[in-house]
Amino acid sequence: MAVIKVDNISKHFGALKAVDDVSFEVQAGQVFGFLGQNGSGKSTTIRMLLSLIHPSSGNIELFGKSIQKNRAAILEQVGAIIERPDLYPYLSATEHLQLFAKVRKQKVAASNITKTLEQVGLAHRAHDKVQSFSLGMKQRLGIAIALVHNPSLIILDEPTNGLDPQGIADIRALIQNLAKEEGKTIFVSSHLLSEIEQVANQILIIHQGKKMVEGVTKELLDPEKRVVQIKTLNDEQALATILSSSFSPYILPRKEGVFLKLPTQAIPLLNDSLVKAGISVIGIEAKNSLEDYFLQITSNA
Amino acid sequence: MRMKKYKQIIVHCTVWMCSVFISLNAMAQTDPLIEKVSQKLGQVNDYVAEGVMKTDVSFIKASLGKVKVYFKKPNLLKVKKDGGISLLPRGGVSLTINSLLNTKQYTTLPAGTQQLNGKNLTVIKLIPTDDNLDWVISTLWIDPQEALVYKTATTTKENGSYEITMQYGEYANQGLASKIIFSFNTKDYKLPNGITLEFGDEDPAAKQKALKNKKGTIEITYSKYTINKGIPASIFQ
Amino acid sequence: MWSLIQIELYKIFRRPRTYIAFGAIAALIIVIQFGLKMDGDAYAGFLMKDINDTLTVDGKVLNGYLICYILLQLLLVHVPLLVALIAADMISGEANLGTLRLLFTTPYSRTHWVLAKFIAASIYTILLLIWLAFLALFVSMWIFGTDDLFLMKSNYVVLIEQSDVLWRYVGAFVFASFSLLTVTSLGFLMSSMSNNSIGPIVGTMSAIVFFTILSTLNIPLFNLVKPYLFTTHMNNWKEFFDIKVNINNEAIRGSILNIPKIKTSLWVLTMHIILFVTASVIIIKKKDILS
Repeated sequence: MAVIKVDNISKHFGALKAVDDVSFEVQAGQVFGFLGQNGSGKSTTIRMLLSLIHPSSGNIELFGKSIQKNRAAILEQVGAIIERPDLYPYLSATEHLQLFAKVRKQKVAASNITKTLEQVGLAHRAHDKVQSFSLGMKQRLGIAIALVHNPSLIILDEPTNGLDPQGIADIRALIQNLAKEEGKTIFVSSHLLSEIEQVANQILIIHQGKKMVEGVTKELLDPEKRVVQIKTLNDEQALATILSSSFSPYILPRKEGVFLKLPTQAIPLLNDSLVKAGISVIGIEAKNSLEDYFLQITSNA
Repeated sequence: MRMKKYKQIIVHCTVWMCSVFISLNAMAQTDPLIEKVSQKLGQVNDYVAEGVMKTDVSFIKASLGKVKVYFKKPNLLKVKKDGGISLLPRGGVSLTINSLLNTKQYTTLPAGTQQLNGKNLTVIKLIPTDDNLDWVISTLWIDPQEALVYKTATTTKENGSYEITMQYGEYANQGLASKIIFSFNTKDYKLPNGITLEFGDEDPAAKQKALKNKKGTIEITYSKYTINKGIPASIFQ
Repeated sequence: MWSLIQIELYKIFRRPRTYIAFGAIAALIIVIQFGLKMDGDAYAGFLMKDINDTLTVDGKVLNGYLICYILLQLLLVHVPLLVALIAADMISGEANLGTLRLLFTTPYSRTHWVLAKFIAASIYTILLLIWLAFLALFVSMWIFGTDDLFLMKSNYVVLIEQSDVLWRYVGAFVFASFSLLTVTSLGFLMSSMSNNSIGPIVGTMSAIVFFTILSTLNIPLFNLVKPYLFTTHMNNWKEFFDIKVNINNEAIRGSILNIPKIKTSLWVLTMHIILFVTASVIIIKKKDILS
C-alpha cells in the first residue's frame, strides 16, 4: 500500500495554476525526493498533502485513506516542516517540543523530547528562547517538532535551508538513519539536486506546477545513461514498440513526447528498431545528464 | 440664581412686615396656648427616637430607612440613619416644635382658627425677635384642648419654606409626635449626559414624573422614644 | 480539546504583551482612586449641586461602591480596546508568525483549534474583568469604605442600601463579561480574516467606535438599527443599579427596574458572540493556509 497516493491534483489561485495535474505515489520506507525550483509548486503540493490547502481537483490519500475524510487519524502519524521554520520567539526549544507533543493523542515521553533535541543537535540550547536562535538552529528545531512524536511519515520541505555544511551533513545522516534504521517514510523537497540525490531513492521533478520527470534515483542519475527525447509521428505506437523491445530503457513519464533513459551506445540501435517497426522517427535528441536536464528545464522558467 | 434672589426679596419683605407688627405690638405677650404647648414640651429635656424614614421626592428613588432622631434642649437635633445615607430637607429638619419654642426668642400673633383633618385648630404665628435665628416666620396649627401642634409652616432665611405635619400617638402627653411629615419645594435635577455617560433613550416616565411634581416630602414614623436618659454632646457634632 | 485550550492559554500568558492590559487597567484605576481620594469631595460636590439646594445628604456618599460605579462607567468603555489587543491577534498573529500552519498540521481539526483559541481568549477576557472587579470594587471598598450607593443619574437619583449593593455588582460584572466577550468574538472574527494583526486590531477598535457613535446619537435614521447593535446593549450593566418604586414612591429593596431590558441585551450580545465565532470557524475552515 502506498503511504502517499496523489491522483491528478491541481490547484488554481485565480488564473494562476500553481499545481497542474500532478500524480505520484510514495511507498513505505522510501525516501522520496521532491525536486523543483523556488515557485515550482513544491510547497503548494506539500500543503495539499497536509490539508493546509484545498486542492482544486484530484485526490490525495495517505496511508490508504482520504486526507479530507480521515484527517485527524492520518496526521497523528505525520510529522512535517513546511518552508521556513516559524516558531514562537518567547518559548524555548524544550517548550516548543512539549507544546507540540501535547497535541498528540499518544503520549510523548519526556525522554523522547530530550532524545529528539539530541538527534537534531540542540540539546545544549534546550532551555534557550527561540528568539536567540540562528536560522539554522530554528531549522533544526522545526525538524525536531516534526520528529518528536515518532511519526511514520515525515514530510520535510527544504530541511537544509540555512544550515552550514556540517548541519546539512547531519540532517542528511538523520534522514538516512530514519529511513534505514527506523523504517520511516520520508518525503523531502528541495531545489538542489545535489542534496536530494544523496538521500532519496525516488525523485520527482516539478516545474511550473507540472510533473516533469519521476523515477528511481539510481536510474535517473546513471552517468552511463542519457535522457533521450524521441519525436515520431505516432508516439503511442513508438512507445509500445520500445516497451516490447529488448532495450528496457527507463521511460520518463511525460504527457507529450517520448522520453527515455538508456545507455548512449543503445541510441542508434533503438532508432533502427523503430524504423524497422514502421515508426516514422522525426528526430532523436539526447539531453545529457539528469542534472543538466534539471538545470535546463528549470532555467527555462 | 433667580430663585435665590426671589427668596431674598420675600425674606426682606417679611422681615420688614414683622418689624412693623412688633413695633405695633410692643407690649404683646406670648399667647397662653403657646405657653401651654411649651410647658408640655418642657417635660422633655432630651430624647432618642427610633423610627422609619421615607423619602418621597420625584427625582429620588430611596427605600425606607431606619433612623434615630436625637434631641437635646433647647434646640439640638440630629437625625442619623441606622447605617447608610440619609436625605433631609436642607435646614428644615432642625425646625421642629421643640427647636422653635425652646428658643423663647419670638412674639406670637393670633391668626384665627382653621379646620385640619377634622380638627378645629388655633392658628398662631411666631415672629422671631432675635435676628440671628435662621427662620423668618412660623405658623403653628394647635389643638387648644390637647395643646398639641399638628402643623407648622416655616419660612427660613436661606433654605426656603417648609411645612411640618404631625400625628400623635402614645407619646402625645409629652407632646412627641408618632409621625412627622416634612414638605418642601424641590428644584430641577439634571446632570449632563457627558458626566453620567448615559447616552441613548431617556426613560420617558421618569422625565414626566420629574416635570410634574415639584414638591417633596420626608416622613419619619416613630416607633419608640427614650426620654430624658441623657445624650452626650458628641452625638450632635 | 482541553489540551488545546491549555496550550493556547500557555501561549497567551507567556507573551509580555498580555500583561499590558492588566497593567493599564491597574494604572488607570489607581490614578482615578488617588484623584478621588485627594479631591473627591469637590467632585461629589459638583455632582450634588442640584440636590444640595434642596436637601442635606448625610453619610459617606463618596464610598467604595460609588467609586466602583464611576470606574466601571469609565473603564467599560475603554477596556474593550484592551481586549481587542489580544483577541484580534489570536489567529492573525499566528498566521503572521507562521505558526498557524504548524497548528493546523496536528491531529486536531481547524474547528477544534479555532474554538480552543476563542475559549482561551475568553478566559483571558474574564480574567481581565476579574482583575478590574478586584481593583475597582474591593480595593475601592478598602480605600473609601462602604455606605449606601448614592447614584446620580442624568434625571434622577437612586439610593440603594448598602446590603442591597454587592449582588448587583455581581450581576453587573456577569453582564459586563458578555459585553466584553462580544468584543472578543468580534476581534476574533477580524483576526480570522487577516494574516497580520494590525488590521484586525485597528478594525475591531474602529468598529467599536463606529457602532458606539451610532448607538449614542439620537438620529431617527439610526434608531432603526440601534436595537441590533451590540454597542447599544453593552452598557446595560447599569440596569442592575436601577430599582423599582411602589405607588408610594418607596424604592423596593432587591428589585431591578427593567429586567426585560437586561434579558434582551444578554440575548442580543449572546447572538452576536455565536454569530461572530461561527463566522470565524467557517472562514478558517474554508481558508487556504498560505502563511
